[in-house]
Amino acid sequence: MSKAWFGKHERQALLAPIVQNNPIAVQVLGICSALAVTTRMDKALVMGLGVILVTALANFAVSLVRNHTPGSIRMIVQLSIIASLVIVVDQILRATLYELSLELSVYVGLIITNCIVMGRAEGYAMNNPPWTSLLDGVGNGLGYAILLLLVAFARELLGSGKLFGMQVLPLVQEGGWYQPNGLMLLAPSALFIVALLIWLLRTLKPEMQEED
Amino acid sequence: MANKDSVRYTVLFATAVCVVCALLVSVAAVTLAPTQEAKARQYMQKNVLLAAGLVTPDSQASDAEQRKLFESRISVRLVDFAAGTLVPADRLDAATYDQRRARNDPATSRAAPSNRAGIARLPTYGVVYFVKPEGGTGPAEQVVLAIEGLAMWGTVYGFIALAPDGNTVQGLAFYEQKETPGLGGEIGNPKWQALWRGRKGYDEQWQPKLAVIKGPAGPPQSDPHRIDGMSGATITSNAITRLVQFWLSDDGYGRWLKNFRKGGAS
Repeated sequence: MSKAWFGKHERQALLAPIVQNNPIAVQVLGICSALAVTTRMDKALVMGLGVILVTALANFAVSLVRNHTPGSIRMIVQLSIIASLVIVVDQILRATLYELSLELSVYVGLIITNCIVMGRAEGYAMNNPPWTSLLDGVGNGLGYAILLLLVAFARELLGSGKLFGMQVLPLVQEGGWYQPNGLMLLAPSALFIVALLIWLLRTLKPEMQEED
Repeated sequence: MANKDSVRYTVLFATAVCVVCALLVSVAAVTLAPTQEAKARQYMQKNVLLAAGLVTPDSQASDAEQRKLFESRISVRLVDFAAGTLVPADRLDAATYDQRRARNDPATSRAAPSNRAGIARLPTYGVVYFVKPEGGTGPAEQVVLAIEGLAMWGTVYGFIALAPDGNTVQGLAFYEQKETPGLGGEIGNPKWQALWRGRKGYDEQWQPKLAVIKGPAGPPQSDPHRIDGMSGATITSNAITRLVQFWLSDDGYGRWLKNFRKGGAS
């Protein structure tokens, strides 16, 4: 491990996944849940926090035991750790945000199979020390959460004229002027928005474009 | 250290991981259980209030305000399904009665008579919530009944509020359901639930008649026994029809509602 607790290497682990190597927009991982939980910002925020917690702790734990893990069972060990953490997150959610948990529970359970968590555990934490692995987990979770929030912002605002459940655009049905776009509440709209974000990111950073 | 790839080490390592993970999960589950139960109870109370129309779906009332409203406006009693009478309040504490647990306990339930609502066991007693007028005196304004039944993906649990005539629906709420979001899941949509208000549960012969149909229904005045179906959710729609009719029938709250209508059991 490098001497500094927060040197260049650590900063890189934390910050790179947020824009440069965003799990959804660049690595295109974890799209499935991005479609399901982005109809409202509160859902996206809670889901994002859950993923940050799970990727960070899973990376940390996997990295801690990486030198003792037999190669033949390393995947299932990672999966056990991830699954346990996800169950704990789900239990905490039920004890705190009960109503939200009723809607989110099924997707929280799916964090187990979220490619980001497993991908970081296998691709990063198995070869790096616990502290940088933790940072890498936080960074990837953040990259996921931020993108989720961006998508949810567009979907909730255009789909129901609300942000975090607060009416921002007065709806025609309630005497206002905004005609909500029903497509935004359906899953396909998230694909369009993610695609637009990828386009935007690649226009701003031409070095990301592959050569044809 | 022993060879990392030996079978012995692998088995030991796997066991250790399992034990640690199991400990983590069980500690979390056990320590959080009381909070989760309290939250679940609160959520149920909110849904009783929702069915009775005392709170709106987008209400921002705090937990404490909601509890106060529940305590001041709702009195909980138990109904003996077979006898059609209220259980004396001193015999069993209705506030702590758990209908779902009672239904699963052979001592407090029986096999349900054959029905189409997918109900296998029927508890001896069912919960009924009397909605008292503001101020707390006078006859009940509404009664809220607990309903459940098998739909497409699982059992749906909810409440239906009836006027003192024991027939006119005042409101509906489902607090637990696993129906397909956007299709059958629309049973949780307040706009659809609002369609139930003013409809009649029974026909002229007091047989349960209220049904979710395919396509749109007329206004409650001219079309009192039918409710708009949800497109793409025929199985859920039919399931809701069956479970509402079951709980209104003599196997469910029907006998007691008969007495309640006569004013004999309030």
